[in-house]
Amino acid sequence: MATVEEVKKLAALARIRVEDSELEKFTSEFDAILAYIGQLESLQLPASSFQLPALRNVMREDGEPRAPDTYTEKLVNQFPAREGNALVVKQIITHD
Amino acid sequence: MKANEMTIVEASRALRARELTVRELWDACAAAAHARNPELHAFLEIFDADAAAIAAAQKRVDAGDSSLLCGIPLAIKDNILIEGKIASAASKMLENYRATYDATVITKLKAAGALFLGRTNMDEFAMGSSTEHSAFGATKNPHDTTRVPGGSSGGSAAAVAAHLAIAALGSDTGGSVRQPAAHTGIVGLKPTYGAVSRSGLIAMGSSLDQVGPLAKTIADARILYDAIRGEDTLDSTTIPDGLYKAREVPKRLRIGVPRRLLGEGLDKDMLATFNATLKTLTQAGHTLVDVELPMSAHALAAYYVIMPAEVSTNLARLDGIRYGLAKRGETLLDDYIDSRTSGFGTETRRRILLGTFVLSSGYIDAYYRKADAARAVLRREYDAAFETAEVIAFPTTPSPAFRFGEKSDPLSMYLEDVFTVTANLTGMPAISIPMGFVERDGKQLPVGIHFTAPHQAEDVLFASGEAVENSR
Repeated sequence: MATVEEVKKLAALARIRVEDSELEKFTSEFDAILAYIGQLESLQLPASSFQLPALRNVMREDGEPRAPDTYTEKLVNQFPAREGNALVVKQIITHD
Repeated sequence: MKANEMTIVEASRALRARELTVRELWDACAAAAHARNPELHAFLEIFDADAAAIAAAQKRVDAGDSSLLCGIPLAIKDNILIEGKIASAASKMLENYRATYDATVITKLKAAGALFLGRTNMDEFAMGSSTEHSAFGATKNPHDTTRVPGGSSGGSAAAVAAHLAIAALGSDTGGSVRQPAAHTGIVGLKPTYGAVSRSGLIAMGSSLDQVGPLAKTIADARILYDAIRGEDTLDSTTIPDGLYKAREVPKRLRIGVPRRLLGEGLDKDMLATFNATLKTLTQAGHTLVDVELPMSAHALAAYYVIMPAEVSTNLARLDGIRYGLAKRGETLLDDYIDSRTSGFGTETRRRILLGTFVLSSGYIDAYYRKADAARAVLRREYDAAFETAEVIAFPTTPSPAFRFGEKSDPLSMYLEDVFTVTANLTGMPAISIPMGFVERDGKQLPVGIHFTAPHQAEDVLFASGEAVENSR
């Protein structure tokens, strides 16, 4: 059973807010989904099906750089606020 | 025949026979799109004619260029990036986001001379089975405008079914190309995982997503698939040709049918239409084989663990800082929370929360790792079934297109994908092809038959589809 408090906690972890007016409906729908996916818990599966993913290196070697500024203006144009080519963000560390 | 009603094959023939110019073909599609979009809402934006691209395509056609897509107007789902155009994924979060590069599939289509008619409506971030979760209003089914076109690629499906575009691209994470294709009476293909590059596709579930064509015929779906497929250095999950065992395309197919899965939840007339289609296939010389795929019964539950886990991870990048909706509050944390709360719709938030839950400490073993193991078992069952059959068949959906608001409870909406998710979990290619109509409230609604083939055996799917087309 999911509780309103648990949903609030998950929302905080996910950096979203569930408004108070929708919390109850949201929680009951969430609960129904959890009950459905809960069928997995009783499922007996062979040990061989629990495998770690096979990892391989997908990174390319460094090289063939693009000409500087190929994409700069296009990307900077998407910034909510800019100063020159820099992204404006809130000050995080204060001195007081 | 009106130009916009043509298939890719018909239009490319007409262009080469000088019966039609590229401009006339564009104008016919654009006129139809502008005329019917207020009613259907298939497009979020219909692009202005790109005179240079049209002229270039005409020049290539005149010079005898062999690309069948040259000069063909296509509709593109709103989560596929076209440089300079908005790509919003039907979300308030990206309402004003302008793509800074072309998706690889778009680069390939541009090279083939294709034209882009507009960006199509979808469920927000491709999460949904009806387009009702679009932040900009739902798309309507051209066969009955009181019903959904399916989703999440519902705009692309409606645009092709209503002849507003010659063909379209969608994306398929759990059935989002095949289910709307079935509900609108067209062909929809989900290629093998890794067959088509996802560079420039706005990510939803990264172990599941594939870009796929929506088209009026099998031949058209194949042309589009051939144009967009191939290994890509910009997507490390793409695979080379011949990675999996090569499969022959036999004249007489052995069609595996998982009878045990076709009981509960499937409408009676859906099953009857499916059985009638199978019968015509056997009359044409193909054979039916019983197959057992018991893990399929748990596939949707596994999918609703794995997919939200990947969704919550992929959408974490949308934080209101670098691009997209940017709300500003008191603190940096407020900036994140306000941007994400205003930017994401209810279903998107629900899936982010679900993903956060199944990945959280204490639950990851019970849910995520268990789902991943169930996925491995499912894949083995399919591999085993393909020892006795070339393809596996079932209806694409349990029911025809439903009415707006009919599936307001999220779980009932999720059950729409009960058949289609298996192909995303196994990574196998799958296709939906029209198999006839069923009647609801006096309206004839199209329904689809679904085939799954082994990895990289798309040719077997096309052969199966042609067998259905030929039996009509």
